[in-house]
Amino acid sequence: MGISSVKRDYLYRLAKEGKRPDGRAFNEYRPIKIERGVIRMAEGSAKVSIGNTTVLAGIKMDIGEPYPDTPEEGAMSTAVELIPLASPDFESGPPRADAIELSRVVDRGIRESKFIQLDKLCIEPGEKVWIVFIDIHVLDYDGNLFDACSLAASAALMNAKVPNERFEMGEDVPMPLSDPPVSCTFVKYNGAIVVDPSLDEDEAAEARHTIAIDKNGDIRAMQKGLSGSFTVEEIKNNINNARIISKDIRKILEG
Amino acid sequence: MDLIKDGKRIDGRAPDELRPIKIEAGPLYRADGSCYLEWGGNKIMAAVYGPKEAVPRHIQDSTKAVINARYNMASFSVEDRKRPGPDRRSQEISKITAEALENVILTEMFPRAVIDVNIEVLDADAGTRCAGITAAAVALADAGIPMRDIPVACAAGKVDGVVVVDLLGDEDKKGDADLPVAIAPRSEEILLLQMDGHMTVKEFDEALELALKGCREISKLQKEALLKKYKTFEEE
Repeated sequence: MGISSVKRDYLYRLAKEGKRPDGRAFNEYRPIKIERGVIRMAEGSAKVSIGNTTVLAGIKMDIGEPYPDTPEEGAMSTAVELIPLASPDFESGPPRADAIELSRVVDRGIRESKFIQLDKLCIEPGEKVWIVFIDIHVLDYDGNLFDACSLAASAALMNAKVPNERFEMGEDVPMPLSDPPVSCTFVKYNGAIVVDPSLDEDEAAEARHTIAIDKNGDIRAMQKGLSGSFTVEEIKNNINNARIISKDIRKILEG
Repeated sequence: MDLIKDGKRIDGRAPDELRPIKIEAGPLYRADGSCYLEWGGNKIMAAVYGPKEAVPRHIQDSTKAVINARYNMASFSVEDRKRPGPDRRSQEISKITAEALENVILTEMFPRAVIDVNIEVLDADAGTRCAGITAAAVALADAGIPMRDIPVACAAGKVDGVVVVDLLGDEDKKGDADLPVAIAPRSEEILLLQMDGHMTVKEFDEALELALKGCREISKLQKEALLKKYKTFEEE
């Protein structure tokens, strides 16, 4: 990856004037589109677009053994696939560090907000529990995968049913859920901080800050990424902005 | 379970009837060419990147472009979650897909280049390799890759002793034979052919004719999808 110096200079110059290449304000999100239940074979699924970025999340469930430290709870796992279909910069092969970081940040938002009620996914304590696999396929990469993947994961979970029938355990029931986290990502380049980075902004970014906000406006997970830095003031500002922006995203997610 | 009842199949189709097919050319923003295909319960996204410089250099061919096809199934596309990454089945399908597509692409125009063809199976219900090739062909045309024809694929087979076209999941699992075929539709040369199961030579002749008939129908849908995209452009 990486950005040409001409493009970077252009972004820097615009930023000084308070502008972004696609004409958005620094705190303006791109349009969000959510399609639910698009995959027949999945327990639940959702296709999410933020601008030209599109990701597809599918939920599969299986029965397995609980972790020894949580014998009465189901388990979850999150994996984002940066498949070469989505960008000329993505390569096939085992996931690289950036895909792993992305998966773990999405996982953390869901886990820490206790969005999946794992205690209700226990079948036999210490023996048999449901395992929830959240698999996210990136289809079109035009920036801000952190928020797109998180949103798709939440929407797919809200669309999911526990497949009791397939395992001959009675009727399918809705996935036991509480309130979803909403992820909000900011990047910083040449002193400017913008929300929902487009591809060029992602590539020009010196530092990245992802915040998962719950329904009450509290913080459930955060990640600062890349080699640049934020001041304490900037971090606090990002959190305040995330609290405001996440309200609109939550309406779309719950709508 | 009877796979054929009163001359009808489990989903109510006649033996020579295809499942519903929907093709969209160019749905992706980043790819040089793309195609989204729904074929019965299958959902396929295909994307083409290139021609571009082949790296590492040892994969380059100084006389023609290399076709690098990658068939991949999403973890959630099948009943029991599939572990991510290529298995032996998908590696074989990738290889024969690349070979079928290479036949029609004017590769000698782009020495030392690579053309990446990515096929993602998002939802699977038998016949994904045929659906993948059909979608990849539209994506190649959408990317403006010079080809002497637009390949198309369709399977036929045998269920409950009856020769049928375009098997769905349960027919594939419980049926007697499966015969995926890809062709260059103008000359009807065979670009891909596989078969498993048990057929007499007479049944094979019948099945191949059904597969070819299916290919001819789908070929029309491919061209309609491409025309639809570029006609809208013209009108704008």
